[in-house]
Amino acid sequence: MTFKVIVDMNLCQDHGQCVFAAPEVFELDDAGKLVVLLTEPDDSMRSSVEDAADVCPVQAISIQD
Amino acid sequence: MTAQRVVVVGAGLGGLRSAEGLRAKGFEGEIIVIGNEPWAPYNRPPLSKEALTSEIQHEKLAFRIRGNASDVVWRLGESVESADLDSRTVTLSDGTSLSYDGLVAATGVSARRLPISGPPALASGGRHVIRNLDDAIALRAALVPGAHIVVLGAGFIGCEVAATARLLGCTVHCVAIDPHPMVRPLGYELAIELQHRHEAQGVVFHLGTGVTAFEGMGQVTGVLLSDGTHLRADFVLEALGSHCNVGWLEDQRLDLTDGVLTDNALRPMRDGTAVDGVVVVGDIARFPNPRFDEGAFRVEHWNVPTDTGRRASAVLSAYLAGESYDELAQTQWSMLPSFWSDQYDIRMQSYGMTNLADPDRIHLLEGDLHGECVIGYHRGEDLVAVVGLGMLKVVNSYRDQVGSTSFLASQTTA
Repeated sequence: MTFKVIVDMNLCQDHGQCVFAAPEVFELDDAGKLVVLLTEPDDSMRSSVEDAADVCPVQAISIQD
Repeated sequence: MTAQRVVVVGAGLGGLRSAEGLRAKGFEGEIIVIGNEPWAPYNRPPLSKEALTSEIQHEKLAFRIRGNASDVVWRLGESVESADLDSRTVTLSDGTSLSYDGLVAATGVSARRLPISGPPALASGGRHVIRNLDDAIALRAALVPGAHIVVLGAGFIGCEVAATARLLGCTVHCVAIDPHPMVRPLGYELAIELQHRHEAQGVVFHLGTGVTAFEGMGQVTGVLLSDGTHLRADFVLEALGSHCNVGWLEDQRLDLTDGVLTDNALRPMRDGTAVDGVVVVGDIARFPNPRFDEGAFRVEHWNVPTDTGRRASAVLSAYLAGESYDELAQTQWSMLPSFWSDQYDIRMQSYGMTNLADPDRIHLLEGDLHGECVIGYHRGEDLVAVVGLGMLKVVNSYRDQVGSTSFLASQTTA
């Protein structure tokens, strides 16, 4: 099973807090811009992606089943 | 067995994360969240920044509520007057009582007002604060191009609003008793640099001075400073810090000298013993944090409600389930405070507790103080905080090095 990770790039301000919560899914590139590495991660990563959504200062991350 | 009930007092981020955390840990009883604002939980940091430059709507700031918490009962626009931790009841302002099996105290802080005479301490009298959505709506309406605003206090909130007001074309004066803006959290070097950047944007500072009086009858028209200066003001922003909303916990023999003193499991302390069935979350929690191995601290940073909400809900759900409670409560928990601030095009990001640093042990770690940089805050040999102006990836790379040397050593050997 997988789920969808949606980042509203109009909201994202590249705080990068999601990278600490779910490093397999989110990364800052060399210019400091957010890159979503996995848009449909495995269910085993759900909890860490939920954490990433929680710690996003601008609440740009959502999860869709 | 009748269903258990948890009452969460406070419907901000801490209350929300606690309710979600209880469900995530398998608590199946009733959860009632009581909040004195009419709004469901919303994100406050934008209130001093982007929410002032665009139309403010609750729906844009509202937190998504996890599906597992969809059955939480929200009692909004109601407030709790008192609690009795022995009989396990809270009393609401309408006089009704609620009994609980578990209590989460997450009432946060309120903006402090300047205790001087003048027009009433209301936005309608030109005396603004910024803490709640309604405050931001009122301030937004006042921030029109050409308006004269006097910001009282030069901390983060005051400086963020000063920057936003300049971007909106207001005339901005900022008054503070401190010698430089944000000097208490950031130290002299960085504070002086940020003062210069604000001045280059047109903010006029009046530092090392207090306010003697507000002028005007029903409406503020000016501010008189203790050095004799008179400033014209169409309105003022009182950004003088906060006080904890803990009046409802008085007379319960808790230590309320600065928020609510708790143990490491976030349970309030009474006569040296933790009170079972009660946890304290967010801005009002004064808790020991082994990451910095010194005393107990209250931290008003954005990540604190989320981190303490998780810890507190895990402890409370274990207590209510009667499973692994003592073991969990005695397992040391630690957290890393972090904050950010946006002022003009400056993104400031911090990890740790700058206020623990020795004043003479604050140094440039990377970059250029007049451009982008990372500053390190040391207490003896410990790196207790880092602050970046820009350089986000670099400041993020220091995150795991922040904390006492003994704590970090215990993490690598664990």
